[in-house]
Amino acid sequence: MTFLFNLLVLVILVVALFVWVQLPWYAVLVLAVLFAAWMALSRRGRQAASVTSVGVSTLRQRLGSSSVVVIGIAGVVGVLVALLAMGEGYSETLRKTGSDDTAIVLRGGSASEVSSVLTRDSILVIEQEPGIAHDKQGKPIASGEIVVAANLPVKHGAPGDEGSVQVRGVDDQAWALRPNVKIIAGRAFQPGMRELVVGQGAQRQFVGLEPGHEVKLGTQTWNVVGVFASGDAYDSEIWGDAGVVAETYRRGSSRTSVFAKLTDAKAMDAFKAALAADPRLQVDVDTTLNYFSKQSEGMSKVMRIMGITVGSIMAIGAIFGALNTMFAAVAARAREIATLRAIGFRGVPVVVAVMLETMLLALLGGLIGGLLAWLIFNGWTASTLATGSTGQLAFTFKVTPELMWEGLKWALAIGFVGGLFPALRAARLPVTTALREL
Amino acid sequence: MKYFHLIWAALFRRKTRTLLTLVSIAAAFLLFGMLDAVRMSFDQAGKSANGAQRLQTGSKLSFIDTLPQGLGGKIATVPGVKSVAYANWFGGAYQDPHNQVFTFAVSDNYIDQYPEVAVSDDARKAFLNTRTGILVGEKLMEKYHWKIGDQIPLQSNIFPQQNGSKNWEFNIVGVLHPTEQSVSFYGQIILMHWKYFDDAVLKGYNNGQVGWYVTRVNDVNQADQVARAIDAVSANSDHETRTQTEAAATASWMKQLADIGLIVGSIMGAVFFTLLLLTGNTMMQAVRERTSELAVLKTLGFSDRGVLAMVLAESVLLVLLGGVIGIGLATVLIPGVSANSGGMLNLPTVGADSWLLGIALMLAIGVVVGAIPAWRAMRLNIVDALAGR
Repeated sequence: MTFLFNLLVLVILVVALFVWVQLPWYAVLVLAVLFAAWMALSRRGRQAASVTSVGVSTLRQRLGSSSVVVIGIAGVVGVLVALLAMGEGYSETLRKTGSDDTAIVLRGGSASEVSSVLTRDSILVIEQEPGIAHDKQGKPIASGEIVVAANLPVKHGAPGDEGSVQVRGVDDQAWALRPNVKIIAGRAFQPGMRELVVGQGAQRQFVGLEPGHEVKLGTQTWNVVGVFASGDAYDSEIWGDAGVVAETYRRGSSRTSVFAKLTDAKAMDAFKAALAADPRLQVDVDTTLNYFSKQSEGMSKVMRIMGITVGSIMAIGAIFGALNTMFAAVAARAREIATLRAIGFRGVPVVVAVMLETMLLALLGGLIGGLLAWLIFNGWTASTLATGSTGQLAFTFKVTPELMWEGLKWALAIGFVGGLFPALRAARLPVTTALREL
Repeated sequence: MKYFHLIWAALFRRKTRTLLTLVSIAAAFLLFGMLDAVRMSFDQAGKSANGAQRLQTGSKLSFIDTLPQGLGGKIATVPGVKSVAYANWFGGAYQDPHNQVFTFAVSDNYIDQYPEVAVSDDARKAFLNTRTGILVGEKLMEKYHWKIGDQIPLQSNIFPQQNGSKNWEFNIVGVLHPTEQSVSFYGQIILMHWKYFDDAVLKGYNNGQVGWYVTRVNDVNQADQVARAIDAVSANSDHETRTQTEAAATASWMKQLADIGLIVGSIMGAVFFTLLLLTGNTMMQAVRERTSELAVLKTLGFSDRGVLAMVLAESVLLVLLGGVIGIGLATVLIPGVSANSGGMLNLPTVGADSWLLGIALMLAIGVVVGAIPAWRAMRLNIVDALAGR
């Protein structure tokens, strides 16, 4: 009988957790309001409220063991939110890089810019296709660009420690294509000159990328003349004139990709169809939004899986910590609970009271954990070798409200599980034995 | 040891509490085992006795730039060099263009540079005699259910053949069996002939270039001098090189990929801090409950030090039990995780080093956690304790 009951509880628990994970915030709000109404209006609810207030008011005497629940859950939520914020920051940086009204054209079958090659002839053809926006002079807003890599010494590294940075050769339409890229120090490079502008992320990572300095890229010496900021993946790049970059890297007149501004997002289909129908071309085309989002997919999935795995294992530890604490709390208050039951309180208010107490502690832990993660990690800069890129991609951790909410949901779930079993024990303790204890 | 059964009985005085605490400790050390395996796999990549003999020479410009194949002959004449092999990135994909399979076009003697990757004599002979032959890593063979003798199509995401098609056909002639953890990568790649690749690829795409050279040196201690001498060969040419030991080259890649040490370190910090608190609380409760029992022990003639030692031993035993279960679980689970990740993660099993570090941590945590309760137990006044004051 007891076994069956426990099994039933376990099944209900699994179902409840599953539903809980799927629940959007407004459903949770409705639940909370319903629960509060029950507490305020029904007889049982008022009983539960008064038992809870007794439990909460004695929390102070159990400060040590209660803080185990709070800190344990704060640890879980903090680590979980920090790890998820890493994945979020990474994919956010790449997603922001693209937009749905600019297109990127690569050679057919190329997985990324660096493995693509487009000849001068095909670039000229692509630029004349329908759907591309034109500037005031009537020139198509499209830029044939070349992506290569360079090794540069890294900051804070051992002597001789070099990192890879993505170098992008662009022509003058590149600025019109990416209005968010702004020069924040120095000036833009002049076409035909061996001059570079560097992204602020790259500048932070590598030595010698200050305006007025010289750096060696390829076999040539270049002058750094400016710094730009874009707030996305371009921040990790170095830009120079496409022709000069291609010449330095012995690429002749070929380029790796064409970026094109479309008249609007709807023009994409026409542009795609025109490219597919053109017998002179064998190319793949996508919006830059899709392209960059796809590049981030694999890595952000890995980061998310890592976060959830680490979080789950920690959560198991925290659940058992909470169980321990609450069992001890129930045992310490066994006589008090038995007295309540003897004078006519039913099981439900006792169960609700113990669970509510645990979940309040869990909520506090979740808030502390989320807050700590936000304070420490929001805006933290990290870098990795991004797929499809030839250099390090700098990105910042992003603790979004959604992630905080997810962390809180985890905290409450841990509190729920950790409180349920002690609560049931409290409610099912035979009154006579409990009264006789001690 | 004489009192082991006493400590054991004290530990399981409250079974539920001890079991719950044990699970928490086990969870923490399970995490420790897994994360330490990740850290080790990053740390140890490229570090092996054979790896120390190998130098990697790539273009100084960047990793996507190539070097002329003729340079190999010049590197071979550098004093201290035993043998030179070379390789090129092919970038293969199987069935779906996004289903990447690491494929390299290599010189005939490339596999000789890696004595820790076992290839049967038959397979070597067949590889040398088959123009379109490939050697395939054992994990890949399993994953796609390939057999020796199969003909498989690979798409290159970079290189077309003479006829413009990017679909290449290859014949599997042998299997690569990595015998050391440091070269486990070779279980998941394909090696093809560089000569065939260079002949068959559309003109203008490769032009006799190689991606990097792998050199073995005669004397490990001379590796740095040899590396400098190799770089001197092409100094001031249009294809300057950068030569590093395999360990240094791998470490540099890993560092660019992620600062694993920092991530693992901060997670473990949070986990162990929480664990300290939790176990500390359990021990406090355990000692508080047993005040009168401890007083009885003292009355019976146990010394203050003896009681201190017993409480400490109890907490160390608690953490040790949970920790060993946790790391044991990690040891069992990791091969499953690696298998299910589809080759994305290839974690080594928990090694002796991780076990040692883990056990050291358990002892340390056990002592720290037990310190205050043990101190209290030692200072216990028999009369007060028995009187329940």
